[in-house]
Amino acid sequence: MAAGSTEPPVVEFRHVNKTFGDYKACNDISFHVAKGEFFSLLGPSGCGKTTTLRLIAGFEEPDAGGGEVLINGEVVNRKRPYERQLAMVFQNYALFPHLSIERNIAFGLEMKKTPKSEIPGRVEKAMQMVRMDPGMFARRKPAQLSGGQRQRVALARALVLEPSVLLLDEPLGALDLKLRKEMQLELKHLNKQLGTTFIFVTHDQEEALTMSDRIAVMSNARIAQLGTPAEIYECPRTPFVARFIGESNFFEGKATGRTADGHGFTVEGEGGRYDIPHHPVVAEGKRVQIAVRPEWLDVLRPEDVPADENALPGKVQEIIYLGETLHVLVKVGERTVAVAVRNEGQLTRPLGFKSGDAVAVAWKPEDCQVLEED
Amino acid sequence: MMPQKLPYWLVAGVATVMLFMHAPLLVLVLFSFNDSKFSMEWKGFTGKWYERLAERQDILDGLYSSVTVGLASTLIATVLGTLMALAIARHEFRGRRMMEALLYVPIVTPEIVVGISLLIMFMAIHFPLGLGSITVAHVAFNISFVAVVVHARLQGMDRNLEEAAMILGADEITAFFRVTVPQLWPGIISGGMLAFTMSFDDYVITSFVAGTDAATLPMVIYTMVKKNIEPSINAISTVVLIATTILIFVSDRFGQEKPLKADKA
Repeated sequence: MAAGSTEPPVVEFRHVNKTFGDYKACNDISFHVAKGEFFSLLGPSGCGKTTTLRLIAGFEEPDAGGGEVLINGEVVNRKRPYERQLAMVFQNYALFPHLSIERNIAFGLEMKKTPKSEIPGRVEKAMQMVRMDPGMFARRKPAQLSGGQRQRVALARALVLEPSVLLLDEPLGALDLKLRKEMQLELKHLNKQLGTTFIFVTHDQEEALTMSDRIAVMSNARIAQLGTPAEIYECPRTPFVARFIGESNFFEGKATGRTADGHGFTVEGEGGRYDIPHHPVVAEGKRVQIAVRPEWLDVLRPEDVPADENALPGKVQEIIYLGETLHVLVKVGERTVAVAVRNEGQLTRPLGFKSGDAVAVAWKPEDCQVLEED
Repeated sequence: MMPQKLPYWLVAGVATVMLFMHAPLLVLVLFSFNDSKFSMEWKGFTGKWYERLAERQDILDGLYSSVTVGLASTLIATVLGTLMALAIARHEFRGRRMMEALLYVPIVTPEIVVGISLLIMFMAIHFPLGLGSITVAHVAFNISFVAVVVHARLQGMDRNLEEAAMILGADEITAFFRVTVPQLWPGIISGGMLAFTMSFDDYVITSFVAGTDAATLPMVIYTMVKKNIEPSINAISTVVLIATTILIFVSDRFGQEKPLKADKA
């Protein structure tokens, strides 16, 4: 969210709790979404992301005394969905099967008492916005459309209302990969072009990274971390976030002393000794867990390791050819460490080692993330 | 998967089943056109038993009673059964599971038991026996049939549709009538037709609660059989059979199809 913005957040959660019987679906959730933002709620199934979206939509109410949901600065805890001026795209699209495409799209306009003369024009415009030919599809029934086309109709039905916030509940889940990639970009463009705030629920970390301005990673009914895609990917706060988003190698050890410059710590861990940067949760004598992304690691011959880098000795276990990169799996102590190496052409410039060779896994001390407990 | 061609041994099985189910009915229809007072022998074609129906005031009265009771009990049972189905399918409340199970009780309980218990109840509360008590009795067992059919339809229906309508600006009532009801129509119609058929055909329960004056068509027919056998019984039975068959076919078609409501836009 832009610093110094004076407008109230479009959507805000203040310590929101939601329980179903004994099951806590939202545990003290707080966040705010700025106007025009593409905000994603990301997490595994059962993490509370859909409940959070349903709380915004008004299909669920927070527990009594369980915090406040605000839309455009106004507390809406008790407001019904139809009083909230939102729009939503459902996971299964939820098109009305008994109505034609144009009547589906017109439904919201009719409910909002839009003048009859305006409706056909706006329906047509909405269909064009999602790149559907009105002449071809307007009179069809939802059952006569493919999944991708239904998805577009659902989007048109929501966007035709020109909502200030569009809620999307895993809308791309049912599409095949190619269509999905296409729709990801299209949604992102629509978000920027219309200035509509998008709140997007997904369990697909890649999708969230591709599309979002900011991501709230959820786990066990809480927000585990909230930040830009770069922050989430490059500075995961907990082991859960590091594991859920992208790939990571984890190392555990004990901080035994300060580094030579006095800022960082030296860690005695399985596989060897290494330095880590300063971090508030680390103190001498405490256990430390760090994560290092495969692409931040290097595989080197032990004698080639630069003096200022951490290096753990190991043995090459397997080399996996992925095209753009190579994954070198190195056995370090009991652990298998994955290292991503840029493929510079195995026919012309092959890697200098093969399975079974003794190597060192190396990284710069600052290229690791010190993790807090989950 | 492509449907496979019917193997010959299954054809034989199906033929046997059809024969068992429908041969007696065929005989009935055939003998309703038999020009003989003693209906065991074929004496040539006639339509006179059908003409005689019009002269039998007791049959016409019975038909009138049956249709009246059928329509009234169907209407009431359809409304109540639909509400019941909505409550069970869409809302969580104490005893919901038990309610769902109890729906099947009137369907599986032997009619004679239902008949006796209704009679005892009417006596206990001093409810006058007649067309009114028959209607109440029919509503009692028909609610179950309607509720089961509508409930099945509701379970196949996407719950998000109502939510979609609400987020698009429809309040609960509007969402119900613009989205839920159009989805439910096939189930409601089909449940209603089933209810009418059950009501129109019922003899056992009806005879228990009818009292002395009222008589529905099945009761009239039964009395005729006991008193004097004449082929006009075959004729009226054929009429009932055909009417019932048509109703069943129509209700079955409603059960399968998407709503027929045409779009205006």
